[in-house]
Amino acid sequence: MLPTLPVLFAAWLALPALLLAQGGGLEPSDILKPLKDTWPTYNGDYTGRRYSALTQIDQSTVKNLTLAWFSKVTAGPGGRGGRVIVGGEGSGDFPPGTASFKASALEVDGTLYISTPDNAWAIDARDGRELWHYFWKTRGSTHIANRGLAMWHSYLYMETPDNYLVSLDSKTGKERWHKEIADLAQQYFSTPAPVVIGNHVIAGTGNDIDAPGFLSSFDPETGDLQWKHYTVPMKPGDAGLDTWSSLDRAQHGGAQTWIPGAYDPETNLYIFGTGNPTPAYTVGRGEGDNLFTCSLIAVNVDTGKMAWYFQTSPHDMHDWDSAQTPVLVDGMFNGKPRKLALTASRNGYFFVVDRVTGEHLITSKYGKDTNWSTGLNKFGGPARNPEKDPTVTGSIVSPTAGGTINWEPPAFSPEAGLFYTAEGNGYSIFYLTDLDPRGSMGLGGKEEVSIGSGGSFLTAIDYQTGKIVWRHAYPQGSGGGGGLLTTAGKVLFAGDGGGNIVAHDVFTGNPLWHAKTGNVTNAPQTYMLDDHQYLLVATGDTLWSFLLY
Amino acid sequence: MQAGWHIVVLTVTGVVILAAQTPANRALATFPAQQRAPGDPALIERGKTLYSISCQGCHGADLRGGDPGGPNLLRSQVVLSDQDGELILPIIQGARQSTGMPAVSMTAADVKATATFIHSVVATAKGQGAPPDAGIAPTTILVGDATEGQRYFAAKCSNCHSVTGDLQGIATRYPDPKLLQNRWVAGGGGGRGATSDRRTVTVKVTKPSGEVLEGRLVRIDDFLVTVANPDGSLTTVRRDGDKPKVEVTDPMQAHRDLLAVYTDKNMHDVTAYLVTVK
Repeated sequence: MLPTLPVLFAAWLALPALLLAQGGGLEPSDILKPLKDTWPTYNGDYTGRRYSALTQIDQSTVKNLTLAWFSKVTAGPGGRGGRVIVGGEGSGDFPPGTASFKASALEVDGTLYISTPDNAWAIDARDGRELWHYFWKTRGSTHIANRGLAMWHSYLYMETPDNYLVSLDSKTGKERWHKEIADLAQQYFSTPAPVVIGNHVIAGTGNDIDAPGFLSSFDPETGDLQWKHYTVPMKPGDAGLDTWSSLDRAQHGGAQTWIPGAYDPETNLYIFGTGNPTPAYTVGRGEGDNLFTCSLIAVNVDTGKMAWYFQTSPHDMHDWDSAQTPVLVDGMFNGKPRKLALTASRNGYFFVVDRVTGEHLITSKYGKDTNWSTGLNKFGGPARNPEKDPTVTGSIVSPTAGGTINWEPPAFSPEAGLFYTAEGNGYSIFYLTDLDPRGSMGLGGKEEVSIGSGGSFLTAIDYQTGKIVWRHAYPQGSGGGGGLLTTAGKVLFAGDGGGNIVAHDVFTGNPLWHAKTGNVTNAPQTYMLDDHQYLLVATGDTLWSFLLY
Repeated sequence: MQAGWHIVVLTVTGVVILAAQTPANRALATFPAQQRAPGDPALIERGKTLYSISCQGCHGADLRGGDPGGPNLLRSQVVLSDQDGELILPIIQGARQSTGMPAVSMTAADVKATATFIHSVVATAKGQGAPPDAGIAPTTILVGDATEGQRYFAAKCSNCHSVTGDLQGIATRYPDPKLLQNRWVAGGGGGRGATSDRRTVTVKVTKPSGEVLEGRLVRIDDFLVTVANPDGSLTTVRRDGDKPKVEVTDPMQAHRDLLAVYTDKNMHDVTAYLVTVK
């Protein structure tokens, strides 16, 4: 254990240094450090654990959390508070809508950087004051969400719904350049937070009309494309082509890359999940597994070449993207230390793989009501029961197309050895409404009718066995908010179904503290400022900052 | 597909909730395929004729592809990125012969007309990548065995429901078998008159003092429970673990519990039975 400076001395030392450093930027190597004082990338650090080493807020002090400030933003060119810097290629006629934060903020040198579709803000982390607001005039596209920004030195990166990677100066909010990630005409739309790794800005995208998924890497200085990795076979001889009925079908097979991944510096692998195959609900892709849709994929960060994959939803038929951020854990497995990747998929199954080789280790069902699989296939993935595909007469399926979990980030506590996720057990009747043997397109050809739920839970899974250790039931509404946070104070933060931000005991799930903020829409975050630990959550267009005195 | 505001959900009431607003202004539509100005009707008509002569055999009358292997043009990246035939022209002239697309003898003007027709069809595609129409729509969902359904109803449903009581005439009220199926599975809309009472969630709160509050459940989380008192006023009570004692009664819980019990055949059989209850 390192010697600890007296707290008061540390505070005295740190305060002027932090003030001087405000707006000073971020060394890419800083992101390699375990998550603690700052929040420099989407998941806090590269592991995807959303586990902070901070301990000031713990199971006994959490009840003393105090509201520091709350701050509301206004999307669009009018803005509020600070001045608005306007960029973009659109006409400016597209209505900006109401801001709703699903992003994770970056916290660097006392400034928060956060985004909604077409909008980025710098906010003073000490008082919630808007420092600048950047607005992007869009050319159209689907404005469903934006997951946040990335930072490299003093530069920020944001993806726009109309598929640009925009680089901003973090001090002023002024635009440096914008580069096209994907073609809007082909109906791509981009929501991810880019991820900076060394001299790479990794950017995913999304699409609903049968376009091929891909992941791109850009030069953080110039915005030049470094590599582009397609997630479906694009030419004869490509791996996985034999799992499609034809090359044309594979090229229109989806596998979008719409949630940021994790990074393992030892292997230099970026590990991410891919979305559903298309057409999502009908015939038209053959009877194969449709690689590399609904898969965990590891690519070399410098080349974009795939090192391994594991498919979590083979031949998916319910739009159950497996895009979720994997959680990288170094832990004991069968009595030996092992480098693992964990993921809880939208389809109701939890997986553990070896993140060096991709070797499958565990598949377990964590969705209480999940009912669509007949068992495991030869690779260890859940085998689909064709009777639970959408049918003309209707199939009762859990989960719904929205999934047991969706985009909301999970968390992991090394102290408890537990992986946490929200768990929704909705049921739908899926009807096939298009019998065309050519198959439908996109999300067409079905009707989904919601018929009830088997319950909503905050769920803790033992990564060594895949077994559920506890479920905390939400008495009303859907819990989990916009994702989870754990800390070395042995506290697990989550929004509940009743409009509260709640601190839970990581070992039992029992609530320890709560505050009624309204429904939490992003994942809670924490960082240290002036020797005080903060907790940040968003409810729609409002940020809430709590601290411990 | 990513979750959010543009998800189309067919609710049990049979109403399509399309949260995404249809922009009044074409320029505000989501993607260029829907943003483009409508083509000249005469040009579209000519293009349609040209398409039917030279393209339809392989690409299908509805552009969704055809048996001879012509790919789906509705989702073609070339078509989606094409403005005015300029990307389509070289392919028609033979740029993709190596992958099976033959060269077709057409003038540039004819290609432009054909492209205008293709774009006019693509513009009618539905949201989230869905094609303009169901290629082949099914005629009925009814496959179940009504006798089996009647037996299942007697075993699982008749404790609460009766086809001569609350469900009398249900097939007349819901003449569409699919809507009827959606309604009965979700437990919606079956009652006559007393519907709202039958679905009301109630709560009984017993305080440590012995005082009891009882009424409609307004809201509950781990920390508070709000009760609507018989006089219409609301009382909110703090919860601390299992104190006070809170008992929620949800008349619809039995329906939700059955979701994990029904097989699809059970559902189809009961629907086949209920369509006879006119």
